[in-house]
Amino acid sequence: MSDIAIKVGGLGKKYLIGHNVERANTLRDQIVQSAATIRRNMTRTFQGKQILTGAEVEEFWALKDVDFEIPKGDVVGIVGRNGAGKSTLLKVLSRITDPTTGQAKIHGRVASLLEVGTGFHPELTGRENIFLNGAILGMSRAEIRSKMDEIVAFSGVEKFLDTPVKRYSSGMSVRLAFSVAAHLEPEILIVDEVLAVGDAEFQRKSLGKMEQVANEGRTVIIVSHNQGSLRSLCKSGILLQKGQLVMTGTIDEVLTRYSGETNISSSAITDDGKHGFAFTDFRLDSALGTIRSAVSGTPCEMVVGYRADVESTPEITLGIGVLDAFGNRLLHLSSGDFDQVLSTSPEGEIRIALDRLPLAAGRYLINFTVNLDGNRTGARFHNVPGAAVIEVEQGDFYGTEVTGEFRQMGPVLVNHRWSQ
Amino acid sequence: MAISSDESDRVLVLEPGRSEKNYWGDLWNYRELFFVLAWRDVSVRYKQSALGALWAIMRPVLAMIVFTFIFGRVANLPSVGDVPYPIMVYAGMLPWFLVASVLGDASQSLVANANMISKIYYPRLITPAASSIVSLVDFCISFGVFVILMIVYLFMPSWQIIFLPLFVIYAVAVAFGPAMLLASLNVRYRDFRFVVPFLIQFGLYISPVGFSSSVVPEQWRLLYNLNPAVSVIDGFRWCLLGSEAAIYWPGFALGLSVTVFFLWLGFRSFRKAERSFADYI
Repeated sequence: MSDIAIKVGGLGKKYLIGHNVERANTLRDQIVQSAATIRRNMTRTFQGKQILTGAEVEEFWALKDVDFEIPKGDVVGIVGRNGAGKSTLLKVLSRITDPTTGQAKIHGRVASLLEVGTGFHPELTGRENIFLNGAILGMSRAEIRSKMDEIVAFSGVEKFLDTPVKRYSSGMSVRLAFSVAAHLEPEILIVDEVLAVGDAEFQRKSLGKMEQVANEGRTVIIVSHNQGSLRSLCKSGILLQKGQLVMTGTIDEVLTRYSGETNISSSAITDDGKHGFAFTDFRLDSALGTIRSAVSGTPCEMVVGYRADVESTPEITLGIGVLDAFGNRLLHLSSGDFDQVLSTSPEGEIRIALDRLPLAAGRYLINFTVNLDGNRTGARFHNVPGAAVIEVEQGDFYGTEVTGEFRQMGPVLVNHRWSQ
Repeated sequence: MAISSDESDRVLVLEPGRSEKNYWGDLWNYRELFFVLAWRDVSVRYKQSALGALWAIMRPVLAMIVFTFIFGRVANLPSVGDVPYPIMVYAGMLPWFLVASVLGDASQSLVANANMISKIYYPRLITPAASSIVSLVDFCISFGVFVILMIVYLFMPSWQIIFLPLFVIYAVAVAFGPAMLLASLNVRYRDFRFVVPFLIQFGLYISPVGFSSSVVPEQWRLLYNLNPAVSVIDGFRWCLLGSEAAIYWPGFALGLSVTVFFLWLGFRSFRKAERSFADYI
């Protein structure tokens, strides 16, 4: 037995996609285009090829020249933007689809969980669906029977076990489905974005279960957009971009690289400006460089990019509002509070340094308010609500090394001491 | 699935165009899934239908009444020996409905389970096979009706009835070959969804369901047997009605070869297309 669980070499997957180059403007053009499409599809049918819609056919490589090795017992997070090829990679590794080039060698029994509740039948009862879904995921009836109690207890739907699943709320059926999947015991587990189901409490439970699986020495491959859970579950990471492998390394290295890359393209602010002043950029800088998600309790800098017409707007005061998902203002950082007037340049940056980021894990909205007449009252204002979104990850704000999903329940953190 | 320890050490290689070496072993490993899917299809078949399993009885019974009236009374065709006409019709109706429903359900089964195919791996052959089990269950119910019918008509089946299981398997085989072919074509070209009901309707006319195949003129008989359903129906009648419904052996051999050919063709095209089902479905 070797120590490698999965070895992938030169793996590629090609799809053909059809699309319309130009819209037909007249009925005649439309008929001509349709006729061409039908003729092409007839020919392709006789050749046994895929039929395509649209006038133009294009090759599209969902994966290209991907090489990596995963040792036994490793927990690997696959990271990348939408369309980077993560799901295609998982589909190839779980044998759902064939690669176009290259090969993958897999040592051990694989179970893949690309969707919660595959094959669930609405007419069947909860209990029946446990057997059905279990069999679909590769469990034997004896195995399911022996784990039935555990599965039911985990899902928390005991009372409705003999009710058809179509009468369940969507949350209930998702919980039941995840519970079945959580009790799989393969050597290699492939998971796609399924940790984000159910309410917050169930998510914590699921994450705990995944941690348990990871600690049992199984090989796990996870795709998730939740950087916090990837960081806590995974040892190593794989970064994909446009179907190609960018890097492999520890999960921290990979996520840092990924955050840097996403930031550059997603930070552009749409602000058409007012009175010759417009915001162009917002980002967070840390000791590691530009980051998309900051870690709670670490030092960081907010950087605001702008363009200004120096003649009409020589001085400003700037306010940055931090809002929660419900639009409640949690913090307001204003240069006005420091009686600090900022002088403008045609293109510039304003930096706001925070010693310790006082926000708990979560997503926050950034609002800009600028007083275009410096600090004089009754002046011209320019507001940009919802200018940017920042993501804050769980961190050790208090320096107590106490973390976990149950910690830091309020959004704003403030240093304090306990005594009795 | 229960996998022995030596198998868990085996290396699985995924490569373009690589044919799975232990395909049959894999099918065997997934037998649990086959049973569970068959059980699912059977148990949801008549859920939320007011008459439930009564449908499995009503379809052949109503068809029998209509056919007896049209072919037996209006067209005045002869039965087999002195067998009552309804019994003769029903003995042909049984295998015909089995063939038609295996063909209909199995060929649509892949598309009906598109979600499973795009999300998990398993030998895809399980899907049409499991859906055929539903047809077999329906067949058993319809056969129960036949028993009642025999009692009503005080009809004693011949000793050949012991061969009936063989002909049931044959009936499924007749339908399963074309069903595999159509199922795999249906994944890529949904046009075949419209072909299947047409085939079944057409098949009813060119199969000796409402009449005995002995009414077909002698010189056309061999040609008539190109339709393998003919040999299935003849075989059923021979089993159930006795030696008076003699099997036309050259025709039977032809029907059997057509069936084997379609099984081979269907299996081959299914295996070839199977690996890319998830990409097209």
